[in-house]
Amino acid sequence: MTVLGFFNYWVVIILMMIGLYCVIARGNMIKKIIGLNLFQTSVFILFISAGKVVGGSTPILREGVEVYSNPLPHVLILTAIVVGVAITAVGLALAVRIQEAYGTIEDDHLGDDGEDDGPFEEEQRG
Amino acid sequence: MIDIGLLTFMVVIAIAVVRTRDLFAAAMLFAIYSLLSAALFAVLDAGDVALTEAAVGAGISTILILAVLALARRYEHPTGGHNLVALLVVLITGAALIYATLDLPEFGSADNPAQVHVGPYYIEQSYPDMGVPNMVAAVLASYRSIDTMGEAFVIFAAGLAVYALLGVRPRSGRFRRRREPEEEDAS
Repeated sequence: MTVLGFFNYWVVIILMMIGLYCVIARGNMIKKIIGLNLFQTSVFILFISAGKVVGGSTPILREGVEVYSNPLPHVLILTAIVVGVAITAVGLALAVRIQEAYGTIEDDHLGDDGEDDGPFEEEQRG
Repeated sequence: MIDIGLLTFMVVIAIAVVRTRDLFAAAMLFAIYSLLSAALFAVLDAGDVALTEAAVGAGISTILILAVLALARRYEHPTGGHNLVALLVVLITGAALIYATLDLPEFGSADNPAQVHVGPYYIEQSYPDMGVPNMVAAVLASYRSIDTMGEAFVIFAAGLAVYALLGVRPRSGRFRRRREPEEEDAS
C-alpha cells in the first residue's frame, strides 16, 4: 500500500525530470517548448493527485453521492492549463521570430555568425 | 489500476518525445501524452480538467506547434550523444524531489491536509451560496473570480505579446542589412 500510495508522486517526478532534461539538453527551440509542456503537465498531475479522495466522486452535486474529491485543485489547474497554452503561444512566437531573423532555431547555430548555412548567409555569399 | 497503466504509458511516451529527432513525430507524441493525461484526470475525478486538457492541451498546443513546424525545419539538428551535465543535474534534482515525497501525505486518503482546509467548505456551501451543482464552476467563477480575472489578464498580455512579435511584418531584408556591417568588421 505504501508503494502504491507514493506511485503517483514518483511518476510525476520522473515526468518532471524528463521535461527538465528536454529543456536543458535539447538545442532545438520547439523541442525545448515541448519539454516545458511535459514539465507543466506533470505539475498538473501532482495537483490533481493531491485533490483525489479514494472512493470519492467528481465534484458535481448529485443524489446518492457522499464523498467528493476536492474541487479546489481542479480550479487551480484549469487556470494553469489555459495560462500554459498562453506561455506556449508566446514561446512559439519567439521561435518563429528567431527563425525569421537567423534562419535557424537551433541554439548551437545562433552564435555561428556566417558559418551556418542559413538562408540569409547563403544569399549574401552568392 | 487504470491509474498505474496510464502513468506508465505517459513515462514511455515522454521518453519517446525527448529521444525522437523528428519534430513532427514529437508533436504528435506530445498530443498523445496530453490525451493520456486527460484520461488520467478523468480517472482522478477531475472531469472539468480532463475536458480542458483534451481540448486545450492536446488540441490547441499541438496546432500551434504544427503551425510553427510549417515554417521551421522538420528535423532537429543532431547533437553528439547525451548531455552528461544535464543528465547529472536532472538525476540529482530528481533524487532530491523523490526524497522529499517521503514527507507527502499518502495518496487519496480523506484526512490529507489538502482535504481538510477550505475544500469541505466549498463542497458543503457552494450549492447553498450559488445554486450551481458543479462545484468547480462555482469556485472558479465566484469564490475565486479574482483569480480568473487575473488569468484573463495573462491571456490578454500573451495575445498582445504574440501580436507584437508576429503581427507587424518587418520590411523584407531588414535583418540582412543589419547583419552586414558586423560581417565586414569580422573579415
